[in-house]
Amino acid sequence: MTAHLLTATGVQKNYGPTQALRGVDFSIAAGEIVAVTGPSGCGKSTLLHCLAGLLRVDGGEVRYRDQDIGLWSEAARSRLRRSDFGVLFQFGQLVPELTAAENVGLPLLLAGSGRREAREAAIGWLDRFGVADLADKRPGAMSGGQQQRCAAARALVTEPQVVFADEPTGALDQLSGEQVLGAMVQVVREQGAAVVLVTHEATIAAYADREIVLRDGAVDPTGLGVAP
Amino acid sequence: MSTAHVLLGLLAGGPRHGYDLKRAHDERLPQAKPLAYGQVYATLGRLERDGFVEQSGQEQDGGPERTSYALTELGRKRLDTWLTEVEPPAPHVTSTLFNKVVVALLAADADRARQYLTAQRAAHMTRMRELTGVKSTPGTTVGDVIAADYALGHLDADLRWLQTTLARVAELQKEVTTP
Repeated sequence: MTAHLLTATGVQKNYGPTQALRGVDFSIAAGEIVAVTGPSGCGKSTLLHCLAGLLRVDGGEVRYRDQDIGLWSEAARSRLRRSDFGVLFQFGQLVPELTAAENVGLPLLLAGSGRREAREAAIGWLDRFGVADLADKRPGAMSGGQQQRCAAARALVTEPQVVFADEPTGALDQLSGEQVLGAMVQVVREQGAAVVLVTHEATIAAYADREIVLRDGAVDPTGLGVAP
Repeated sequence: MSTAHVLLGLLAGGPRHGYDLKRAHDERLPQAKPLAYGQVYATLGRLERDGFVEQSGQEQDGGPERTSYALTELGRKRLDTWLTEVEPPAPHVTSTLFNKVVVALLAADADRARQYLTAQRAAHMTRMRELTGVKSTPGTTVGDVIAADYALGHLDADLRWLQTTLARVAELQKEVTTP
């Protein structure tokens, strides 16, 4: 049996009277890429936030390396996100005043690395995403695809065990999106990191090893994500 | 191939004669090419030879005498098998998929159509993963990447169609089963 790195059991999450998640089970093994798909409003982003410890669940549990992270303090979960998790959103994650290398090196500085060490590592990661030549450019001088490559490099710079990617190509045209995701999949495969990939695009979900489909806050066994 | 199965599906509700089958086919599958009478009788002949249908009586309603055909047990099994098989996920298969959905509604019910759509979606996704894997394999030629892109784009269109069709199955059932 595959040992699961991260598991969610019966996860529930409410926003006021609205039940966003109604008992979702999920698991991911080390090095696995799992797509979470489904129509708008089905709860896929909420699930990603719960799995990453960005949101507290209202029912059920999320276990990382067999520990219930819901029982941890906010500070402990924040440390976990810096050390073991990497997060990549649709857009707007880079600090506009910082260069690409400074943006990518930021998580290392926060973890206590020296400036030179952080810069060298950042340039190495930018190189793996094919954008080392942009190291001294600020986000405003880059295309959307180049910014997402930098954001992906930043999500991976701490060599996380799990990367949480929420519609990482949602703001890009098809070709740029594929290039960003293609590069990311190649890097995480080398790295052995697991990826939770939230997307509503089947062509993006096809990069994953498997997928789960949500509908109305629950796993849809038909995989079609629409009401019968 | 598919015409024979559509005829079996139309017979699932009870015996019909050739003229009636042609009319029902053209009505239920308006996107398909209308069936020629010759094709209906030739197909019925083959189905009868293979034991999937049998003659169930003669009818004379003021006009020429017409032979009614009924589904045999073997025919019902053949139909059931066809409805269970997913189509090879290749681009441009929507007309076959559509036929299958309509036949599932005629021969069984909305659940049967949903089961088929679910299995077909899984087959499409598996093929899309394979093609994406080809694109991501180091050393793949640009020509192969472009060919994979073509297939992926069309499979993606099929998938979107599968999803919207599933949402409309209940509505379609009403239309298909209304005499």
